[in-house]
Amino acid sequence: MPASDFQTYPVFRRGVSVKIRLLIYATICMVMLVADLRFDYMKSLRGYLHMVISPMSKVASEPLKLLGNATGHFSNLAALQDENAKLRQHQLDGAERLLRFDELEQENAKLRELLGMRKKLPVKSITAEVLYSVPDSSSRKVILDKGKQAGITHGLAVVDADGMLGQVTRVYPNQSEVTLITDRNQAVPVRIVRNGLRGVMFGTGQGLRTLSDVSKHWQQAIQSDLGPGSLELRFALANADIQPKDRLVTSGLDGIFLPGLPVAEVESVDHGAGPFARVICRPLGGVGKSLRVLILGRTELPPPPPKPETGDPPPAPLPKTTRSTRGRN
Amino acid sequence: MQLTNRSNRLLRPAKPWFVYASLFLALLLDYVPFGSHPGIPNWAALVLVFWCIREPVYIGMGMGFFLGVMIDIGRGTAMGEHALAYVILAFIANGLARRIMWFPSLLQALHVLPMLLLAQLVMACVRAFGGNGFPEWVFFLPSFVSAVLWLPLTYLLLLPQFQPIDRDENRPI
Repeated sequence: MPASDFQTYPVFRRGVSVKIRLLIYATICMVMLVADLRFDYMKSLRGYLHMVISPMSKVASEPLKLLGNATGHFSNLAALQDENAKLRQHQLDGAERLLRFDELEQENAKLRELLGMRKKLPVKSITAEVLYSVPDSSSRKVILDKGKQAGITHGLAVVDADGMLGQVTRVYPNQSEVTLITDRNQAVPVRIVRNGLRGVMFGTGQGLRTLSDVSKHWQQAIQSDLGPGSLELRFALANADIQPKDRLVTSGLDGIFLPGLPVAEVESVDHGAGPFARVICRPLGGVGKSLRVLILGRTELPPPPPKPETGDPPPAPLPKTTRSTRGRN
Repeated sequence: MQLTNRSNRLLRPAKPWFVYASLFLALLLDYVPFGSHPGIPNWAALVLVFWCIREPVYIGMGMGFFLGVMIDIGRGTAMGEHALAYVILAFIANGLARRIMWFPSLLQALHVLPMLLLAQLVMACVRAFGGNGFPEWVFFLPSFVSAVLWLPLTYLLLLPQFQPIDRDENRPI
């Protein structure tokens, strides 16, 4: 039997005892947790290790992608033609507005100048592709194929052609993680288009309460007609003027999202007995469906500080002189 | 090595490369993006428990820590969430290894279920600590699915050990 085989058990266990080792490992984990959750120290380490792991997760995601491609390959010609026609119509509908967009933007800038208002900041946009959704039953997140190297930063809004999808919550060197708006912990400040009423919108998560919910979810998943999930407009007063079919757009009050991005449509309003109404909405964008997305953000980042050149004389030692004058006084 | 300590059949010793390969494969399975569907088992946890019970001297908390960190990075959970859970899981599995080997496979699954649930409880507590709120009950579903998978997994992972040492061409079995 070779010496490397597991069966050559040592007669006497030497080294640190098991309980001490548990304590050491648990302490390391706790320190990592606190460093990550409370102080955000783990960012760079996580980035490097993620780069090491990303080929593995890419390999792991291949079989499912292959399956998806295969089913897509055999979708019939009629469906493709239908989609093509729809896209053409969509393009035609948008063309007229697009043609006038430049002119309107110029006009808007001039008017703003006349009114003495602050200029609207330019917008940066990056296209990316959804690689896969994060395997976790209690959150709704997806991974994009672009990261810090493409200029993506933490907090940007992610949209598709129809509306908002989510927000960038973590950035790796060459990938980034997006929390979808239907996630339980994702909040979006919104405004109702019809009357300008403001509110905060939260995802409702999966909403699986009973075992039958779970089995229904799986049936839908196998037939691949899972809904996009739903949203809830929280803290809307019971007598607020909200009606079904109202459109909700981002309000931009948070200073992160651009104002006016379409988010959702009100599906049902329940003016219950409590102080708040229960407003359930349906996302307008293809949440969980769109594969090509656009990442939008404001470009109001301050210019980087000038680097001190080596040839320059060192700055005058101001603190020293003040101290000396103080001493004299 | 026996199937259980009561069994009369002797098995071949486990090959180290097979143990590590199966753990690596389980890690890869955990990276497969099945999406946010409920009840997908934690493959790495299950295989880790299996080898912690079978080979308690060699597979233990160190492996649990390593697998946990890899999953934390791959899935984007808080650094140390899975690691802490898997270290505790490996500690309990190592400690109970001698006892569990006396039970038939179905009763072994009943031992494994509370271990996996405890590991998930640790993860749930970490999430609550991180400000994400305590997860819904669906979060604990994978443990039950994993416990059901215990019996097929036992036979699958012991398959190489069932082979006879001297293969007789005239008597294949």
